[in-house]
Order: sequence, then structure tokens, then C-alpha cells
Amino acid sequence: MPFAVVLILLVVGSILFHLFSPWTFTPLASNWGRVDFTVDVTLYVTAIIFIGVNLFVAIAIIKFRHREGHESKARYSPENKRLETFLTVLTAVGVAAMLTPGLLVWSEFVDVPEEAHVVEAVGQQWTWNYRYPGADGKLGEVDAERVSEGNPFGIDPDDPRGADDIVVMSPEAHLPVGAPVKFLLRSKDVLHDFAVAQFRVKMDLVPGMDTYMWLTPTENGRYEILCEELCGIAHHTMRGAVVVEDAADFETWLSNQPTFAETQSAPAGDAMVGAGQYAVCSACHGAQGEGQQAMNAPKLAGLDRWYVERQLRAYKQGLRGTHEDDTFGKQMAPMAAMLADDTAIANVAAHISRLPDTAAPATVEGNADNGRRLAAVCAYCHGADGMGNYATNAPRYAGMSDWYLARQLANFRDGVRGAHPQDYYGMQMGFMGRILKDDQAINDLVAYINTLDTESTADMTARNGE
Amino acid sequence: MAYVAIADRDHEIEHHDPQTFITKYVWSQDHKVIAVQYGLTAIFVGVIALILSAMMRLQLGFPEDVHFVNPENYYQFITMHGMIMVIYLLTALFLGGFGNYLIPLMCGSRDMVFPYMNMLSYWVYLLSVLILLASFFVPGGSTGAGWTLYPPQAIMPGTPGVEWGIVLMLISLAVFIVAFTMGGLNYITTVLQARCRGMTLMRMPLSVWGIFTATVLGLLAFPALLVSAIMMLLDKTLMTSFFMPAVSSMGADPGYTGGSPILFQHLFWFFGHPEVYIVALPAFGIVSDLLSTHARKNIFGYRMMVWAIIAIGGLSFIVWAHHMYVSGMHPYFGFFFATTTLIIAVPTAIKVYNWVLTLWQGHIHLRTPMLFAIGFIFTFIHGGLTGLFLGNVTIDLPLSDTYFVVAHFHMVMGVSPILVVFGAIYHWFPKITGKMYNETLGKWHFWMTFLGTYAIYLPMHYLGFQGVPRRYFAMGNTDFLPASAQDLNAAITVSALFVAATQILFFVNVIWSLKSGKPAGSNPWKATSLEWQTPDTPPKHGNWGHDLPVCYRWAYDYSVPGYPDDFIPQNVPPDKAPAGREHGGDH
Repeated sequence: MPFAVVLILLVVGSILFHLFSPWTFTPLASNWGRVDFTVDVTLYVTAIIFIGVNLFVAIAIIKFRHREGHESKARYSPENKRLETFLTVLTAVGVAAMLTPGLLVWSEFVDVPEEAHVVEAVGQQWTWNYRYPGADGKLGEVDAERVSEGNPFGIDPDDPRGADDIVVMSPEAHLPVGAPVKFLLRSKDVLHDFAVAQFRVKMDLVPGMDTYMWLTPTENGRYEILCEELCGIAHHTMRGAVVVEDAADFETWLSNQPTFAETQSAPAGDAMVGAGQYAVCSACHGAQGEGQQAMNAPKLAGLDRWYVERQLRAYKQGLRGTHEDDTFGKQMAPMAAMLADDTAIANVAAHISRLPDTAAPATVEGNADNGRRLAAVCAYCHGADGMGNYATNAPRYAGMSDWYLARQLANFRDGVRGAHPQDYYGMQMGFMGRILKDDQAINDLVAYINTLDTESTADMTARNGE
Repeated sequence: MAYVAIADRDHEIEHHDPQTFITKYVWSQDHKVIAVQYGLTAIFVGVIALILSAMMRLQLGFPEDVHFVNPENYYQFITMHGMIMVIYLLTALFLGGFGNYLIPLMCGSRDMVFPYMNMLSYWVYLLSVLILLASFFVPGGSTGAGWTLYPPQAIMPGTPGVEWGIVLMLISLAVFIVAFTMGGLNYITTVLQARCRGMTLMRMPLSVWGIFTATVLGLLAFPALLVSAIMMLLDKTLMTSFFMPAVSSMGADPGYTGGSPILFQHLFWFFGHPEVYIVALPAFGIVSDLLSTHARKNIFGYRMMVWAIIAIGGLSFIVWAHHMYVSGMHPYFGFFFATTTLIIAVPTAIKVYNWVLTLWQGHIHLRTPMLFAIGFIFTFIHGGLTGLFLGNVTIDLPLSDTYFVVAHFHMVMGVSPILVVFGAIYHWFPKITGKMYNETLGKWHFWMTFLGTYAIYLPMHYLGFQGVPRRYFAMGNTDFLPASAQDLNAAITVSALFVAATQILFFVNVIWSLKSGKPAGSNPWKATSLEWQTPDTPPKHGNWGHDLPVCYRWAYDYSVPGYPDDFIPQNVPPDKAPAGREHGGDH
């Protein structure tokens, strides 16, 4: 008897949970309302079976349970062909009712409208980039073997279709509202999955082949992209966004993105000019970029150009140095604002890359053995030697100012840095920073970093300086 | 009649009884001892996998407070948890454990047909377990590729255990498959060749049918996993490119070219989907026998049940790509695989109807095994119905790779078979040990496990609707998720820890009952099938004493009209008790 009551309560409880659950589909922002319809049909059919069969069991237990003193015998009834046939047919009808909308909607999904415009989403460990066809409406040939720091998409420079391709070196894509879009999906390394909950559709990215999906965004807004196919240790940090906006805003945004040809012909930063601009920086960071703890200015010498440029842009655009608790970041932001444009930033970065690199003095004390265990996670992106890797958007930390590393780790952990929604790389460090239990863990980690051999830094300087 | 060949020659065949402790309990060729060895080993690794899941849940529920789990070991934990539970626990326990114990006893045989190979099967299985566990201790730790081991990620930088862990995992799987093949050939040959006189195929208990069909599936499906494991090992160690296309891995070119990651997925799921039924079919069979015995009623629609098992087994080989709707395979496959997948719902639904119709007009004794059996019906209905969502290709678009999938397959492939495992252990504990388990502890164990697991997995479906992806170490700040989603995650973790802790009751019960349980007698449930008719309890080596039993009826002659007892064992001849109607006639 208690079992029957529990079964009934479970059925009723499940229905109530369903009806009152605040956790349900996010508001739809694409044309795929028919996906939701198919879900609803399935939900109703399965709910009837769930309720019906379980209540039948509950009644059977109530009516036919063994009771002390009531010696009754079960009925001997091996088969009932009519009943079995009836139930089989009924089930087949229910299955057909669910399958029909499923197949119809799928046939729409696999059939991309001809007028759909194309956006290529490129996945890699652990970020997103995009490519839009330029004026010719065609994307250039790409090849994993051509991928390099200067050509992150691996576009064939000899393919005339590729020169006008618009490349977006950011995890954020823009789409015009109301226009069907075909996403061409491509991965450089492992499986990924392009998923936006509000669009309802998703598809894997598979290295070695192009996959696709299509949708029509129907609501303006900013929608998060989540990678939904396990792609390694930082899978959960592989985030991006789709900004859906009016066509005119979209065109403006698109026209501000560089073409592939422009990225190839962009002048490298002029270190001589940058040296002049660096004079301002040197007041705090030191003439040789060696850093001054008293001024809260970290060592710069030895940093990769791409990282210096990205951080200067982040300060300039307000992605960094705007959190109220980021005392020293707020000091840096107006300094970065003095650099007029990307050319000025490139010039300063070029100069910094030529500064002589000597390991910063160790100031933080901690348990390096414990730190080594913690650093195993860091090494996935930053390298076992801590020298950084442009491909994973990970800067060097070996031989850099340890007190600064400790402060930044705390900032990442506490959301003081990396909390801006467009600071995607900072957000990734926020995820990782939160692994660190307390300040002692940070000190241990930094103490281990201080033990890293930085002799290879000479190579780094040579590479940057060429 | 070929199937009585071994039974007819019974007195000519020499049965050498084990002489020493070693040959009796360690290097034993007795199917019952091997079954217990398989069972204990499987449960041992299962406990490890359970602990891993508790650590994962701690991280997911309380990401701010749990610091001993980092992304590296989190992904190692989910991988090892999944692989252990599916392969090393459930497959080994149902086939190596219950298959070994039940097939000879239920078929009226003295042992497996190839006892030496049977023994070898266990020791090779143990070797595969040891290799698997060793991967925790190699440099870099075990693999964190997810239990599906998808390349390229499984063997490329960015994944934990890429140096040694993945190699040991693949070797362990290959060794496991060798062990399974030795056991599996044995089970099939024994069922086909060593049944006692009168035990026609259509008189076999459904437990045997489920285990037998699952074994056939295993022998056809595991080779696909074996070749994928070997090919991935070659990709990893010799830089072949079976599954590896040209890639740029973290800015470096690892040197692969021309392989197909999708090919691996096809091979994996060609094994992986039948694998679901390798676990489910024995559970279906066993639960049928539990329901029938404790409801004192014949299983309803026996012939339909047998054909449903066979139909499900056959169909399970043409549905595999429903795991791959959004994998990037040709989208037109979706039409075919969605159709076959939903068709498989029909025989599955028939099984459910027949279980519940077995209860109708029964005489239901709610003992611990029966509680687990009815609990299984509930969780299996739930998990089966959510399968209709995911099997329907369109619905996979929003729900694939979310917590809905996690909830679905844990309901259908985790909770449901585990409930049957517990029900079956309680049910056959008196036969295996000769002692009765503690009914009160057993009931507490059931209620806490049953209600606790539902509290874990019902809400989890809704996180999936919301769009929470699976295999995320942490959600962080995700705008479209309300803060309450994390609260729900915390509540799920509390339930999961509760259920995990509850399992202590099971071990207490087993240990206490072994020491102090009441003597069970040979047939405490008044069951009809042959394993309850052995001359000794626990059955001795050779099972049947001097003479093999002879089977005169099906296994479900419960409450036959005109007979004083409410059960007639299969070996009672028709001149002593009325012949039941077997499977004819309407009521």
C-alpha cells in the first residue's frame, strides 16, 4: 500500500514539478519554433503513457497486494492476444504521432534556403573566430597546415576568393535580424559544437570536414555560444556570442572588420616610433620594461607582442581596468587611452618586444611543490615551461613579475578582472582562477612559477625582435 | 535433438571435483564461484566509480567551495566513471556475474560447457580491471577524453592522460573484450547445447533469454569497439591516421592527415548502442522473473516477451547513429535512424505492458526484490519515454549534449539496471549463500535508493531543457541561466551524496546476513525455475547431485487452477501436477 501511494505521489509530484519548474526552454530567438512544437507533442504523448502506466501499477498494487489473512490466489492468465494486439497498435500510433513532426521539421533543417547568407564559425581549443565572405560572396580555400600566427584561419593566400574574406578575430559574431543564415562550421583541432540555446539548433565542428546548420534569428540581442562537444580541459570556458541586430548596424559592424588581405598587408609595428611612445610607459614600467613593484607596474620585457597589443586594446576599449576594485587597472586605462589607434599600439608593442629580458626577482613566498600540482592545469594553455602560446591565447608567465601574477590571479578569481562580458580571454582565466582555494594557493602557484627555467627567453626575444 | 546431447551423455562425462582451497575458490572452474568472483570484482570497481561520481557532483553542486577537484581530474573522473559503470560494472556483472550463475542452474546443466575457458575469462577480466585502475597512477593520470573517447581530442594535447592514460584505457578495453568473448562463447554454447531434458527454448526463464540475447549482441558488437581501440592505439603510438585528419593543434602540426573522426563515432556507436541493450536485456529478463515469482503469477505474454527481446536485440544494430544526429554526419541519415529508433519503442513498450499486466490480478508480495522490480518499472518507463525525445532527430537539436541526455541515460542505463541488480542480488542471495538477507535493511535500502535517484535525475532533465551543457566543469556566469539553476545543481548533488551513502546499507546487509542471516532453505520464494530445485543450497559442484533434472513445463506455472500450491516447479512431471496452459489461450 505505501508503494502505491508513493507511486501516485511521484506521478503527481513529477507533473507539478513540470508545471511549476522555473527551469525550462529559454525564450526562442530564431525561426525554429517548430522544434519546440515537436518537443511539446512528444511531451504530451509521453506524459499520457507515464501517467497511465504508473497509475495502473499503483492500482494493481492496491487491489492485488498480499494481505495477511486474505489468502487469495493469482489468476492464471498466460496470454491475451486481443489485448496485446490492441496495445501494440496503440503504441505504434503514438510513435507515429511523435515521429511525423520530427521528420518534417528535420527535412526543413537539412534543406538550407537558397537566400541564406554564409558565416563560417571556426572553432579551436578553446575559442571561436568567424569568417564572412567578402564582396565576391565566396570564401577562400583553407587548410589546417597553413594555420600560423599570421594566418590563424589557414586561408590560402593564392586563392583569389580568399583575399576579400572578412575575418573576425574575436569570439563574437554579428548577424542581421530576420535574414536566414547558413553557418559553415569548421574546426582546426578537435571536435567542438556550436550551440546557442535561444536558437534551438546546434551542430558539431569536425576537423577535416565542413559541417553546417541554418537558422533565421528573429530577435535582436546578444546570445551566448557554448561549445557542447567535449574538447579538452577548458571545454567549459569555450564561450562566444552572437549579436543579432538590425541590418544597418550589422553592415556598419562588418565594414569595420578587416579583410584577409588587409591582415596580411598590415604593417608590422615600428619599434623606433614605439620607443618614443614608450617614454610615458617607462615612468612606471622602467626604461627596460623591467617593472617596478613600488609603482605597481609589472615587468613587460619578454611579453609576446600579440599579448601586449591585446591588453592595450582591452584597456582602451574598457574591457579591462574598469572594475571599481581594480585599483591599478584603473590607473593603466587612461595611459592606454593615450595611444591613438592600432598602429600606435603595434608600435609600442614592437618596442617592448625588443627590450632585454631578464627574469624578474622572486618576491612571493609559497610552497613550490604544492604549486607544481596546481600548475598542471595552467600548462595546458601556457605551456609546461610557462612561456605562453599565441594559439591558445595564453601569455607567458615564466620569469615575469611574480607579485603581479599573484594579484592578477586573485583578480581573476574574484571577478575583478575578466568580468566584462566581452573579455572572453579574461573570462577563461576567471574560470581557472576560481580553482585556487585561497591566497596561499596563489602564492604556492607563483612560487612554482618562479622556479621555471627561463633560459629559453633569449629565443623568445630573438623571435620577437626579428 | 541436438540440445540434449550433453544431458544425455551426463553419466559418461567425468566431473572432477575441486580438491583444494585454491581450486575451489581461486582457480575455480565452477560457474557459481566464477560468478561470485565476477560479481565481487565488478561491484568493487563500481564502488570506485561511485566515489568518482560523488566527487564530480561535489564540484558541480558547490564549485566555489570544492577545491580538490580541478578541470583536469574532473574530466578524468567523468571518463573513468562512465567507462567503469558501463563496461566494467554493468556488462561484467550482468553477463559474467548473473549469466554465469543463472545459465547452468536455470537450464539444468552441471556447469558451463567450457569450464576452463570460463575461469580464464574471469582472470582476463580481472587483468583488464587492473590495467584500467593502473591508469590512475601513470604520469599524467588516466584519460579525460570522456567515456566515448572521441578522437582527435582523445589523443591530442589539451586532454588529460594523453600520454599514458589513453593507451592503458584502450589496452584495457581490448583485454576486456578478450575476456568477454571467452565468457560469451561459453554462455551461448551452454544455452544451446547443455540444457537438461525437456528444457525447450520456449520453456526457458526470461532471465536466460535476456542474458543469452545480450551475449549474442555482445559478440557481434564488441568487435567494433576492439577494432576502434586498436586503430586509435595505432594513431596514438605509430602516428597512423585512421581517425585523425590534418589538424593544427595549439599552433603545432602533429603530422596527421586524411583520417576521419566520424568513422570512429560510427564504430564506437555500432558497439555503443547494442551495449545499451547488452545491459538492458539481462535486466529485462531478470525483472520479468522477479515480478512473476513475487506476484505469484505467470509472466504475461511470455512468447511476446521472448520475441520482443529478440526484436529489440536485432533492431539495436540499426539505430546506432541516433547518438550522432548533430555529429556532422550526413544529415539525411537522421531520417533513417530516427525512424528505426522510434520503432524500437514498440517492442520495448510491449515489455512494459506485459510487466504491469503480470501484476494485474496477481498476488503481490512486496518483498525487497519485488520493490526493486517495481521500482525498475517506474524508472525504466521514465528513462524510456525521455528516449523518445532524444531518438526523435529534431528534438536532438536543442537537447543533445545537455543535461537532458545525462538524465535520460542515467535513468535508463544507470538507475534502472542497478535497481535490477540489487533486486536480483536480494532475490538470489538465499540461493547463493544459503542465508536469508535482512528484509528491513533491504527495504530501507530500496526506498532511499529509489526516491533518492529520482530526486537526482528528474530535475536534471530540466537543466537540460534550460540548455545546461553536459561535461562542463563549471557553468560560471552564463547569462541565459538563472541563478536558481545552480541552486538546483546543488540540490541534485545533495541527493546524489545521499544515494551514494545509502549504499552502505546494502553492504551492511550482505555482511550481516552472511554471518547471522537465517538459513534460507532451498526455495524460500516458492519459485518454479530450476535453480530453486537443487538438492543442496548453496548448490554444490555439479549442481544436481547424481541425476540431472528433467523439465516438464515452462517456468511460470504459478497459481495454476486446481493445484493446491500456488507454484509448480519446472521439474514436476505432469502426472503429479496439472500441466499449465503454458502459452496458449485467452483468459
